[in-house]
Amino acid sequence: MKSRTIIFRILSYIGAAYVIFSCCALAAFIISNGLPTLKSELFFADTPPLDAIFGLRPVWDGIWPAMAGTLCLVVLTMLMATVPAIGCGIYLARFAHGRIKSMLSLAIDMIAGVPSIVMGLFGFVLILLLRRTVAPDATTCIAVAALCLAILVLPAITVTTRSSIESLPEVLELTGASLGFSENQILRHLLLPAAARGIFGGIILGAGRAAEDTAVIMLTGVVVNSGLPAGLAGKFEALPFLIYYTAAQYMDESELMRGFGASLVLLILSALLAGAAGICRKSMERRWKGLK
Amino acid sequence: MSKDKITRTPLWLLASALCAAALLSSVFVFITVCAADGIIMGGSGLFTSLWAPEAKSFGIMPMIAATAALSLSSLALGWLVSLGCICFIHGFGGKHISAFLSLLLRVMTAVPTVVYGFASVFLLVPVIRDALGGSGFSWFTATLVLALLITPTMTLAMQGAVSQINDRYALTSASLGLSRGENLIYVVLPAARDSLRGAALLGFGRAAGDTMIPTMLAGNAVRYPASPLDAIRTLTAHIGLVLSSDVGGTAYYSLFAAGGMLLVMSLAANLLFRFACRGISGRSE
Repeated sequence: MKSRTIIFRILSYIGAAYVIFSCCALAAFIISNGLPTLKSELFFADTPPLDAIFGLRPVWDGIWPAMAGTLCLVVLTMLMATVPAIGCGIYLARFAHGRIKSMLSLAIDMIAGVPSIVMGLFGFVLILLLRRTVAPDATTCIAVAALCLAILVLPAITVTTRSSIESLPEVLELTGASLGFSENQILRHLLLPAAARGIFGGIILGAGRAAEDTAVIMLTGVVVNSGLPAGLAGKFEALPFLIYYTAAQYMDESELMRGFGASLVLLILSALLAGAAGICRKSMERRWKGLK
Repeated sequence: MSKDKITRTPLWLLASALCAAALLSSVFVFITVCAADGIIMGGSGLFTSLWAPEAKSFGIMPMIAATAALSLSSLALGWLVSLGCICFIHGFGGKHISAFLSLLLRVMTAVPTVVYGFASVFLLVPVIRDALGGSGFSWFTATLVLALLITPTMTLAMQGAVSQINDRYALTSASLGLSRGENLIYVVLPAARDSLRGAALLGFGRAAGDTMIPTMLAGNAVRYPASPLDAIRTLTAHIGLVLSSDVGGTAYYSLFAAGGMLLVMSLAANLLFRFACRGISGRSE
């Protein structure tokens, strides 16, 4: 009886110590090595910053092209994913019922658990198929990468949209109905504005996942040196891949330092996105707390 | 009534639901068809132990064994760590440090996998190399980091059920003279057993599906895992390495089979998790 308590107490100390110690060690390591490199040289090397940002002159040793690539990739992914994901979420929350509802939500749950490398494989197979049928010279490019990432983040946005609409108090709908609103008017003028923050949080969450994923873009057209992305059918650079590549085959100290800088930048970027998503969710929860 | 409702559904909602459904099912169909194609074309050669593309031998059994070994070992470690974290937060830890721990766990979900990998390559690998010998890139190294990676997922999955049950029984157990820790061990954890199991399934799915940690830390040698210090190559790392280095031709069949296997594995874990959850909600009603 007593020994069980002791075992669990020891286990709890070990578990907490493992997590806290390893996280602090990793964070301290990345920050202490990455912080000194955070200068304009890290981003643009010796190219003048404005020329680099507008792509007038190529950047060779900086991480700006990779950042621009990640940015383009995330924007493109969000353009593809947002509308179907939000629409699907609203449909599930308000209109679907019976078998369609349960099957669609099952499919979305299933796809949420699929490993991202399988999604990358899907993009690769898509290219193989295109090559054999309509476009013999199709090759992996930023558009395919964004499509695969869009499928990867779609479940996250759908689930948050659905749950933020379903978590709204029933009072809202009843009030609308008693004022003579039709169902679509209730949705557009009452429910959507009320759930907007939650939905927005879901979009940011999806953007964070798209920005950090490495396995998908590895199979769908990321390269080490391409400069700024050149159009939808072009190859591109991306931060996560740059980090992976640096860890695998860095040549000298300066490349290694660049890798640390890139890790720190990516870490800050995803922390900001996750924080923003968290704030959106929190503020929505707080707003409707009293009415449940 | 129901027909009436369908006709009133705005068109763009129907369209986007259809679009999402089409995208999702195309992934399933593509991967399944390719895997079937790969297994049929690759034949029995796929399930041998020899991976030698030059000799036209594409056995993926070592990779399957490595995936199973790595995900089970990191699941075992990660599950214990998550259980420890839960016990710490709800029973044994101090107030402030528990709050810090749960904040940390939430922050950890946002950390990119590749950053874990990068930091471990330069921090953990030299330590392992000096302490235990070998190259440092091994099953053991990957296990340590992968366990850390899946801990927040599992802890947050356990957290929901545990804190709900804890809220319900805390007052009763306190009035019976149980301490916070005793309440947790003898009342809350037994009642939350199903969700603890469900969390393990979730963690298994993530561990088996992760690509970057095995690729960066496990050494990528094609062989059966025999000792914790062996370099191994998992299915996910195998797909990534072969496709990004472009071996080409018949080697693809084995990759498609590997992808199909990963898909089936994640679906199975997910479905089992759903059944586990259904058990929980059915009982509490």
